[in-house]
Amino acid sequence: MSETRKVLIDPLVDNNPITLQILGICSALAVTSSLKNSLLMAIALTAVLAFSNASISAIRNHIPSNIRIIVQMTIIASLVIVVDQIMRAYAYDTAKQLSVFVGLIITNCIVMGRAEAYAMKNGVGMSFMDGIGNGLGYSLLLIIVAFFRELFGSGTLFGFEILKLTKNGGWYEPNGLMLLPPSAFFIIGLIIWVVRTWKPEQVEQPDFKIHEQHALGDR
Amino acid sequence: MIRRFLDMPNDSTQKTIFVAAVLCLVCSVLVSGAAVALKPIQDANKALDKKRNILQIAGLFQEGKTVDEMFSQVEPKVVDLATGEYVADIDAATYDARAAAVDPKQNVVLTKEQDIASIKRRSKYATVYLARDAAGKVNKIILPVSGYGLWSTLHGFMALADDASTITGFGFYEHAETPGLGGEVDNPVWKAQWSGKQLFDEQGNIAVDIVKNADPESKYQVDALSGATLTGNGVENLVHFWAGQDGFGPYLQKARSGGEL
Repeated sequence: MSETRKVLIDPLVDNNPITLQILGICSALAVTSSLKNSLLMAIALTAVLAFSNASISAIRNHIPSNIRIIVQMTIIASLVIVVDQIMRAYAYDTAKQLSVFVGLIITNCIVMGRAEAYAMKNGVGMSFMDGIGNGLGYSLLLIIVAFFRELFGSGTLFGFEILKLTKNGGWYEPNGLMLLPPSAFFIIGLIIWVVRTWKPEQVEQPDFKIHEQHALGDR
Repeated sequence: MIRRFLDMPNDSTQKTIFVAAVLCLVCSVLVSGAAVALKPIQDANKALDKKRNILQIAGLFQEGKTVDEMFSQVEPKVVDLATGEYVADIDAATYDARAAAVDPKQNVVLTKEQDIASIKRRSKYATVYLARDAAGKVNKIILPVSGYGLWSTLHGFMALADDASTITGFGFYEHAETPGLGGEVDNPVWKAQWSGKQLFDEQGNIAVDIVKNADPESKYQVDALSGATLTGNGVENLVHFWAGQDGFGPYLQKARSGGEL
């Protein structure tokens, strides 16, 4: 039980796919301009991740190693298409906005990363849990980023007005940068900074040190 | 038989081919199963979305009412594009111009000179939507338009006032242009620019244009989208095509000269 718990809870902060593993940044930049889109993207990715992990794990002993990446890709791609079809049927408006990004779940490094790093070596149940855990870690970050972007970019949360905009006779002048992808970079950067200050063990060792040159006195 | 394959060493050629084949089979059944099973719901969504777009572009959309309720104010009518006359014997509610455009019996193949919107063929008939004011007088004509942008065919609607020249709304409900560049054709600020522009000048020539640094005072100029020159050209071409002689030209000509709508 505690192992399952660890697999589920670890990716939230201690081994977060975005802040520690630095995976899946591209989609985190693209979809976080509103909370609703982020939430649906998070659900879609978590579902794909859990099921792809489980199915890859189920056949892991029979995957020929020379075509293993192709096998993983095929499974992930099929699941993504199924998710996209379901979204088109039940969340049409969001699917229209997200369609291109849903397709890009296929290339989301988290999915391939977990398949290769975890599902190829572990049992079906645990792999499923690992998928859920990493999906939740991704979701958590997506929602935090989207919270700030939507609040300061459009003054709303889930489309409800929180800060009254000047154009509607209120006081808040929205920050247009927040609606553009680069703002997610800043927010993710700040979050990584906060997390690594709180948990210094996450700070990476430098790959190499710059050798200190003694001044040659040529000034 | 399956056992024999499963027992083979993973990296043998036969097993590799076996795994690949079975995987492809399972995945394709899964994908096509989902696509087929969900198609009816998706089609219903698409139809609803199209209606909602017609309402929004015509400015008839109100929060809190169902789409079908609002759509009851709009009357679809089928027009023969060549003559501009209404066609009485086709049910406008079910006529699908997009399906007709690819049916050799119901379409017209356009020559290169005619085909400025790069759509290759168009249906003989098209559905227009008429919205009436409280007194029952037509106050809006909503025309379906389509044409090729940079990557995709854009499908949308243009709403005209009853003079058949003043644009009151314009927008697309389906396209696959680059998000952030050509995709900005969906930007409400850009779409709002079209409102109030004149499709035709006083002589009846098509006058509306997408230009760089448009003069905001001009009745005919719409500011181009930066970074989306080709999509912009596509939009301009499709507007010119559908307003022209091969599009709704004859129909609009009649409407402008005071014909019955």
